[in-house]
Amino acid sequence: MNRNFTMTLRLLLLSAAALLAGCERPPIEVVQHGYRGTAMAEIYNPRTLEAQAPLNQVPPATAPATPGGPAAALVYQNVQVLNDLSVGEFSRLMVSMTAWVSPEQGCTYCHNAENFALDDKYTKVVARKMLQMTRKINSDYKSHVAATGVTCYTCHRGNNVPANVWFKGPTDQPTVGLLGYRAGQNTVSTVANGSSLPVDPFTPFLLGSEEIRVNGDTALPTGNKQTIKQTEWTFSLMTHMSTALGVNCTYCHNTRSMSTWETSPPQRVTAWHGIRMVRDLNNQYMEPISNVFPPHRLGPTGDVAKSNCQTCHQGAYKPLYGVSMLKDYPELAAQRPSLAPPSVGSPAVDAAAKSLDVAAK
Amino acid sequence: MAEYQNIFTAVQAVGPVHHGIEHKTESTRDGEPFLVHLIGRFGNAQIGPIYLGALGVASIFFGTLAFNIMGFNMLASVNWDPIQFVRQLFWLALEPPAPSHGLGLAPLNQGGWWQIAGLFLTVSILLWWMRTYRRARELGMGTHVAWAFLAPIWLFLVLGLFRPVLMGNWGEAVPFGIFPHLDWTAAFSIRYGNLFYNPFHMLSIAFLYGSALLFAMHGATILAVSRFGGEREIEQITDRGTASERAALFWRWTMGFNATMESIHRWAWWFAVLTPITGGIGILLTGTVVDNWYLWAVKHGVAPMYPAVWAPVIDPATLQGVTP
Repeated sequence: MNRNFTMTLRLLLLSAAALLAGCERPPIEVVQHGYRGTAMAEIYNPRTLEAQAPLNQVPPATAPATPGGPAAALVYQNVQVLNDLSVGEFSRLMVSMTAWVSPEQGCTYCHNAENFALDDKYTKVVARKMLQMTRKINSDYKSHVAATGVTCYTCHRGNNVPANVWFKGPTDQPTVGLLGYRAGQNTVSTVANGSSLPVDPFTPFLLGSEEIRVNGDTALPTGNKQTIKQTEWTFSLMTHMSTALGVNCTYCHNTRSMSTWETSPPQRVTAWHGIRMVRDLNNQYMEPISNVFPPHRLGPTGDVAKSNCQTCHQGAYKPLYGVSMLKDYPELAAQRPSLAPPSVGSPAVDAAAKSLDVAAK
Repeated sequence: MAEYQNIFTAVQAVGPVHHGIEHKTESTRDGEPFLVHLIGRFGNAQIGPIYLGALGVASIFFGTLAFNIMGFNMLASVNWDPIQFVRQLFWLALEPPAPSHGLGLAPLNQGGWWQIAGLFLTVSILLWWMRTYRRARELGMGTHVAWAFLAPIWLFLVLGLFRPVLMGNWGEAVPFGIFPHLDWTAAFSIRYGNLFYNPFHMLSIAFLYGSALLFAMHGATILAVSRFGGEREIEQITDRGTASERAALFWRWTMGFNATMESIHRWAWWFAVLTPITGGIGILLTGTVVDNWYLWAVKHGVAPMYPAVWAPVIDPATLQGVTP
């Protein structure tokens, strides 16, 4: 009887271990996020957070520029976007950008060492567009970024290219002959937390403006034609948002009714604006500079790198846990009136314009 | 000396193998029965004799075809790489046609294979159902097993045939695949406004959990009184012995009420068959009669409102002057 008992115990322990192998071990922290008893709660694994925390710290701000001084555009040539900065502010921002985006390569990652004014490196053309994009986000998308704002570091974190960008997947063509139809899903979807949901929910929703909402607003059928298959695409996007922010569905939704706004947490409104923001940035700032990039920076189908929620959030409910870097870099908040007289016809600018032509060709 | 164990089978009584009773009609059974000790640890040690017959053979034929169509489509979806096939097996699927194909035949590689596999699987299951019915009749039994089997077949047909036909497209049906069919289930609930507010889904859950509870209660009761011969349940129905008396008194003391040796099996049978029957009704009503179960529940006073904990949230899409 004893032997039988030990055998049984061993078997039970073994099967318990096998069953639990995929689970995260306790303790898990639960934070209430809604009315009591409704399971509106955020679940955090403190060990995951501990590993994540050092990666989401704000770097120390560069010492502020001495106020005054001439306009950067009067001292340097070919200053097209940062023409509203003094030379001190300008130099400080350039130094900071180097630390944020190309700490290893230094200034020459974007600039021609012979003549900094030239636009012959594609990285400089991209950087200019990205500066405009940053200002667009900080001035026009306060609905999403509030006064916290973003800087280059929010996405780049010391990398030339932000670590979390996306490309269109290879087109969903039949693999061999008449078999193997996948309908854009049914493989390990890395963007949807390893599920078998659609692998690229970004092209329809964060580049295109396909309808994300699938629920009808009446109890009985009154013409809502959204299908279960469309729901899976929405589900994939939402799973991406959840993993990108390190939060549960309940962070934005009262899951008793995913669609009802009246019972939703206010974070859902912020996320709604975030979707519109990312869609706008991908269409207005990334797609137009597709031909500036060399082939090795493009995706498998030749498209430009684009952003999603993970690009900025990187697993945190707010990028860098909501610490504002923008307050130390007010130059990135919005485009201000230019300090320099309009159209400075200088040889360097002409040269730059020529090199741009060459790049475009 | 062997001890009596009543949680795990430790003692096997080995006797001569038997061919079973005479059939009502003449049908051949193949193979000499034999004993397998390991099988005897879980059930009856005897394997055989085998009877497949026309229905069994036809069912296995169509079932194998369906299984292979699914398998080869999955294999093709990983470029015929056997390693990836094994690694990704739980993620792979044979997907039904897109909703745009309606109820027509879809091209083979856009859901056509799903339609063929679904047809073959349905034929196979229905043939196997006929087999269970006919085998029971041949043995002079009642047909309770066949009718119980029809309950999950009803659910299967609602999911893959009746509801897609009512909705007007095969895209509403379930993909064949492990994780994909679970994703489908979640998406189904999300699309139709939370299936937990569907009263037939509630009933199905009650019968499902009830089945498990009844099964555990019954199994435990019989094991507990097997030392008094309680496992001879059928005899105890008509000739109530001390096992039955004790079991009955136990439940009257602990629960205030007890089933009988016979009625407990009716409870179990009805709970089991009502699980897929009510579930199937709930699914058939979803999308066809009710589009949003949450709103339906609000309308009928099922879903209560909770006190607000946030400032009121308004759908930003309905506001004027909101960026895009």
